[in-house]
Amino acid sequence: MGDTLQSLLGHINPYLLQIIVNIGIGIVLALGLNVITGLTGQLSLGHAAFMSIGAFTSALLTIKLGLPFSVNLLITGVVSAGVGALIGYPILRLTGDYLAICTLGFAEIVKVIFLNLEITNKAFGLSVPPPKSSIPLPIMVWVVVILAVVVVSFIHNSRFGRALKAIRGDEIAAEAMGINVARYKVQSFAIGTFLAGVGGGLYAHFISFINPSDFGFLKSIDILSMIVLGGLGSIPGSIIGAAVLSAAPEFLRFMANYRMLVYGGLLVFMMIFRPNGLMGGINFTEVFLKALGRKPHMKELKGKEELP
Amino acid sequence: MLLQQLINGIALGSTYALIALGYTMVYGIITLINFAHGEIFMAGAFVGLLMVAKFKMNFFLAMLVAMITCMVLGVVIERIAYRPLRKSSRLSALISAIGVSIFLSSLAQMIFGADAKGFPETAFPVQQIHIGEADISTLQLLIIGVSACLMLALEFIVKKTKIGKAMRATSEDYNTAALMGINVNMIISFTFALGSALAAAGGVLVGLLFNAVSFNMGLMAGLKAFAAAVLGGIGSIPGAMLGGLLLGVTEVFGVAAGYSSYRDAIAFAILVFVLMVKPTGLLGKKIQKKV
Repeated sequence: MGDTLQSLLGHINPYLLQIIVNIGIGIVLALGLNVITGLTGQLSLGHAAFMSIGAFTSALLTIKLGLPFSVNLLITGVVSAGVGALIGYPILRLTGDYLAICTLGFAEIVKVIFLNLEITNKAFGLSVPPPKSSIPLPIMVWVVVILAVVVVSFIHNSRFGRALKAIRGDEIAAEAMGINVARYKVQSFAIGTFLAGVGGGLYAHFISFINPSDFGFLKSIDILSMIVLGGLGSIPGSIIGAAVLSAAPEFLRFMANYRMLVYGGLLVFMMIFRPNGLMGGINFTEVFLKALGRKPHMKELKGKEELP
Repeated sequence: MLLQQLINGIALGSTYALIALGYTMVYGIITLINFAHGEIFMAGAFVGLLMVAKFKMNFFLAMLVAMITCMVLGVVIERIAYRPLRKSSRLSALISAIGVSIFLSSLAQMIFGADAKGFPETAFPVQQIHIGEADISTLQLLIIGVSACLMLALEFIVKKTKIGKAMRATSEDYNTAALMGINVNMIISFTFALGSALAAAGGVLVGLLFNAVSFNMGLMAGLKAFAAAVLGGIGSIPGAMLGGLLLGVTEVFGVAAGYSSYRDAIAFAILVFVLMVKPTGLLGKKIQKKV
């Protein structure tokens, strides 16, 4: 089966395929941060740190143990989520900007530790062999994307997700309603970092060379921009934000040297004209039904969230 | 040895403090983490370098020009990128600030190139002064002296002048201040100007201290200064000074103790630790959240 899939992919322009895979990885990372920041309202500026933990764990699992890729990704995710929960437990007591700076600080510490570890080849970076799997990587990435979208949508509409939204709305009120705020925050952090770790694992095997410096502050900001651009707390928003920002550097490539300049300008421009994100405030069920020529029915809209 | 490291630390720390003041003042008034602040610091360093190297200006004059240029830059940034977003969510303003930061650093890279540039040796003649066992360079004295003067000036403006009173009122309560007839927009612009001037001075001093000015110097310095501001209790001016000095001194002692490859992690490790113990920073006020 692997060979058939591989030959199918052979028909796609490799450059286009690369962009498609980049978008997929972006979506996994953005969905993870969306659970933490969009759904629970806890600003994290250290998402790339968990991505790097995932990337190095996954790379080492392939190099040292040669585990099959699917098992590898699962272990990677669990390790990242474990670190996330461990870190999250003390720091999630902080609120707002104090939490943000703490996650940022943690990310810098992780980066420096990886830069000094013998096993991750210090500052030289690590070459990652191809994953041990019969399914080609681009398909693997998109399988993970679909799984992530399904799981996160499920979380959004579950009892657990409603508790997280309550925490986002007002922590004190949520606590008064009997929600165990500390526990839910740590759990949402663990889910977000799980996805970050899996995204990192995919990234490591896709790029096939990883360096701790790739996962700095700017990478965290990249992911945060995706979810803010798309519209906080919205799954379609995260997907579109991740797609736009993962592809943007490629489409701006013709500007070569002006690329980052335009990117920075665009971020400011977007925020001024659509401060709630591209998809913020749009109810997708309604749009879909309108397109079909049907009036949205209240029952169908029920359970769709309102944006903050 | 101890005295030597202490002086090195205070010199480094006072530059952190200069940058941190801008973060803390802006935060105090509009609760925005101004991520472009590090880039203003970088811009200040470049303007200073340009003035000294190209226009053969006196060092102090160059610093003054850098401060004034960055004041304008800070006010313009606030006008374009932050003011339209004042009513929208804080995260949008944060992303906008990050956009400005990326824009400015890539602009600097385009104009000045990717490699670090140094000040000409004639910019400030460095001499060593021996005090006991310690070697203090005149450069370090200059940094400590200039920082101290600027901080005293700031303290004077904030505590003794009318506009300083308006600043304090605005940071206490934005809406009430506006109702009392304070031109809040003007105060915010003034705060940005003040913070940017301090950052520019810091930029010129750091450029001279490490003899390197580069387009990406703003990122790490900005992050560390922000850490210093939070460490001291964000929104508190003495807190930013204390936080900056503390980070500078610990960083230098950490490096001296042989952890130089962990240099950038030291500041953040202290920050995380302090926040664990005292979540509002060292001098931050505890605000009881009302329901």
